[in-house]
Amino acid sequence: MLSYFLRRLILVLPVAFGVSVVCFMLVQIAPGDPLTAIMPVDATAEQQAAMRAAYGLDKPLPVQYLIWIANLLQGEMGRSIASGRPVADEVFGAVGNSLLLAGAAAVIAFPIGTFLGFLAGYFRDTILDRVITALSITGVSVPNYWLGIVLVIIFSVNLGWLPSMGAGPGGSQDWHWDWAHIRHLVLPAVTLAVVPIGIVARTVRALAGDILSMDFVTALYAKGLGRGDVLRHVARNAAATALSVMGLQLGYLLGGSILIETVFNWPGSGFLLSNAIFQRDLPLLQGTILILAMFFVGMNLIVDVAQAAIDPRIKRT
Amino acid sequence: MLHLRKGLAALALSVAVLGAHGASAQGTLRIGMTASDIPLTTGQTDQGGEGLRFMGYTVYDALINWDLTSADKPSVLTPGLATEWSVDPEDTTKWTFKLREGVTFHDGSTFDAENVVWNLDKLLVEDSEQYDPRQSAQGKSRIPAIASYRAVDDHTLEIITKEPDATLPYQLAWIMMSSKANWEAQDKDWEKVAEHPSGTGPWKLEAFVPRERAEMVPNEEYWDKDRVPKLDKLVLIPLPESNARSAALMSGQVDWIEAPAPDTIPAMEGNGFVISSNAYPHNWTWHLSRLEGSPWNDIRVRKAANLAIDREGMGALLGGLMIPAEGFVPPNSQWFGNPDFKLTHDIDAAQALMTEAGFGPDNHLQVKALISPSGSGQMLPLPMNEYIQQSLAEAWIDVEFMVVEWNQMINLWRAGADDPAVEGSQSINFTYFIQDPFTGFIRHLDCDLVAPNGTNWGHYCDEEMQDLFKQIKTTFDPEEQDAILRQTHEKFVNDALFLMVTHDVAPRAMSPKVQGFVQSQNWYQNFSSITMAE
Repeated sequence: MLSYFLRRLILVLPVAFGVSVVCFMLVQIAPGDPLTAIMPVDATAEQQAAMRAAYGLDKPLPVQYLIWIANLLQGEMGRSIASGRPVADEVFGAVGNSLLLAGAAAVIAFPIGTFLGFLAGYFRDTILDRVITALSITGVSVPNYWLGIVLVIIFSVNLGWLPSMGAGPGGSQDWHWDWAHIRHLVLPAVTLAVVPIGIVARTVRALAGDILSMDFVTALYAKGLGRGDVLRHVARNAAATALSVMGLQLGYLLGGSILIETVFNWPGSGFLLSNAIFQRDLPLLQGTILILAMFFVGMNLIVDVAQAAIDPRIKRT
Repeated sequence: MLHLRKGLAALALSVAVLGAHGASAQGTLRIGMTASDIPLTTGQTDQGGEGLRFMGYTVYDALINWDLTSADKPSVLTPGLATEWSVDPEDTTKWTFKLREGVTFHDGSTFDAENVVWNLDKLLVEDSEQYDPRQSAQGKSRIPAIASYRAVDDHTLEIITKEPDATLPYQLAWIMMSSKANWEAQDKDWEKVAEHPSGTGPWKLEAFVPRERAEMVPNEEYWDKDRVPKLDKLVLIPLPESNARSAALMSGQVDWIEAPAPDTIPAMEGNGFVISSNAYPHNWTWHLSRLEGSPWNDIRVRKAANLAIDREGMGALLGGLMIPAEGFVPPNSQWFGNPDFKLTHDIDAAQALMTEAGFGPDNHLQVKALISPSGSGQMLPLPMNEYIQQSLAEAWIDVEFMVVEWNQMINLWRAGADDPAVEGSQSINFTYFIQDPFTGFIRHLDCDLVAPNGTNWGHYCDEEMQDLFKQIKTTFDPEEQDAILRQTHEKFVNDALFLMVTHDVAPRAMSPKVQGFVQSQNWYQNFSSITMAE
C-alpha cells in the first residue's frame, strides 16, 4: 500500500509542473492589461511603462515564469496587482470559504444522491426509478445560477426567510457556527448541491442496477442471505466508483462554484477568480488557479488511494 | 410647588437626554457598491469614481474639495484643507495656498504645510521614504502641472507649475491628504496603514474585511461642522453583480445600492423603494477616428450621424434613466454655452447631408465601431449600440461592430485609432468622467495628447482648438475661464466632433428609511446629511 501511495505521489510531480506552466501561460495569452486595475485610463505611456517595469511585467515571459516559480518554491506567491495584498492571504482565505460552501453542499448532495441512486437502481424500471431519473436529469440540466436567482427571489425577497448574499454579520473572518451565520450558507449550499445530487444519483443507480444483475448476487441469494446483507455487498462493490465520482464532484464544487459565489456574493475562490479575471490581476489569477488545480490533483490522489484501500484489485493495475 | 419644579426639571432633563440621543444616534446605512473590493484605503483611492466617492471624500480631504451640497446646480470647487489660493500675477507658474488652521487627522496629529509636501512626495518622489507605488499610480497622472512645491510656513504652501496652468485647482481636487504621523506609527508600512488609515475627513474607517465590508463611524471633530455625519455608522459592501445588489436591497440586507439594473427599477419602485438620480458630468459618446481616410473627417457625415439618432427614443430602453445629449457636456453644465448645431432627430436633414457627401440609398457608407459588452459607466452598451446601428442605417451608414471585453477596451482606448489592435475601427464607444476642464475637454482633443501619449484616441489636431486649450490654461479668473470653456464646448458641438448620444444620471436605489440625501451633480456625494428613519 505504501509503495502504491508513493508511486502515485511521484506521478503528481510532473502533473504539478504541467499545471503551473499551463496556468501561467493561459492567463498571459488572454488579451487585456493588469495595469488597467491600478492606473487611471489617461495615465501617460511613460507612467504606464514605469509601472509595468515596477511589477516586472516588462520582462520576457519565460523570465517572468522562472521568477514566479522560484518564488513559489520558497512559499512566496507574490502580491495581487489590484489589491496589493499577499496572494497567499487572498487565496487561502477564499479557498477556506469555498471549502465551507463546498463541504456544506457535499453534505447535502452525497447522502441524498446516494440514497436516491440506490432506490432507483434497486427498483429499476419502476415508476420510482423513472421519477428519480427524471429528477436527476433535471438537477444536472438546470443552470444552477438561474436556480440560485429563483431561490433568492422566493426565500429572500418574497418570504424574507433567508439572506441573499454574504457570509454573515461581520464577514467571513467573523464566521461562527450559529444560525446568524449558517443561514447565509443555506441558499448557496442548496443551489450548489443540485448538480452533484443528480450526478451521484445517476452514477449510483447505474452501479447498483448493474451489480444487482450480476451472478454473484444470485449466488448470495441462493446461499440464503437476506436483502440487507445482499445490499451491503452491492454497496461495497459500488463504493470504489461512487467514491471516485464524489471526489471529483468535491473538486468541481470547490472550483466550479464561480457562478454561485457571484450570485450569492459568497467570498470564496470562485468570486475571487471572477474578479481577478475581470481585473487581469495576473498574480492573483495564477495563484488561485494553481491552488484550485492542486486541490484537484490532491483530491485525485486521495480518491486513488481510498479506492485502492476499498478494492485491492486496483493496486495491481 | 417643589414637586412640580422637580417634575418639570426631570421632564426637561429627559427631553435634553432624548434630544442628545436623537442627534447622535441616527442609525446605520449599509450601501451595496458596484466595486468588487473595498477601494484602497491609504488615501489615493483606486476603483475610479466609486473609490473616491466612498473611500476618498469620506475618510480624507483634498486641499480643494468639490461642493456637494446642492442637487440643483452643477458642482463647483470649494475650499477644503486650503482656505484660499492665488497665482502670482508676475509669475503665473507660482501659486500660494493658505492652509486651514486647527485641522487634525483622525490619529490626533496636526495638519500643516509639511504634511502636504510629505503627501506630494508620497506620489511624485520615487526615492522618498514614503513613496507608495500604488497611490502614485492613482495620483501622479492627476497632477501633471506640478513642477515643485515647498512649505513656506506651517500654513502656507507654494506650488510651482511646469507652465502657466489655470486648471491646477481642479487637479488638486484629486489629491487626498493622509497622515504622516499615522504612517510613522504603522512602522512606515503602507500595508499596515491600509488597515488603520487616518485622514482628516468626516468619516473614520473603523473596520474592514477585504472584498467584504468596510465600516465607518463619524469624525465628531471634523472641521466643517455642516459635514459632521448624523449617522452612527456607514457600512460599505462590494456587490459587483447587479442582480445580487438588487436582491440584497429588496431582502433588506442593504439600505442603498448603486446603479440598479434598469429592468429591476419598476419592481423596486412597486415595492416602495426610492430611485434617486440626477445629472452629473458623465458622457456616453463615440469618439471618431480622424486619421487620413476616415469617413468621419467629413463634417457632413459627422453631422448626419448626430441627426440620425432618436435620443428620446433611447430613453425607453433605459427606463428613462438618461439625459439625451444636446452637446458634449450635459445641457445644464456651466460650460454648455450656446452651440448653433442642434442635436435634433431629423432623418431628412441627415439624408440630405449624406447625399451631399456622396452617399445614398444604393451607396451606403461602411464604418467599423469598437464597442464593449459591459464596463464601468458604459450603461447598457450592447442594446444602446444596436439602437444606434439601426438609427445610422436610416442615414445610409452601415455599422460593423468589433466587440471586445472591457479590460481590453481600455487598452484599445489608450492605444488610439492607428494601433493595429483596433483592426481598422473608425470609432470607439467609451464613457468617462468630464468633471473638470482637463477630463472634460483637453484630454480628448489636445494635439500633445494623441494616443498613446494621452487619450486623444482619434488623433484629432486643430490649431483653433489648440488655441482655446491654451486660453483655458492661461486664464486664471474662474469666470473668464468658464467663458472660454463655453466657447470650446460650442466648437465641440458645432464641428460635431463626436457622436454625442447621452449622459448617465447615476441612479441609485434606496430604502424609504434613507432620509436627507441630496444627490449632487457630481461623481462624489456627501453622506453626512443622511439619517435613517425608524
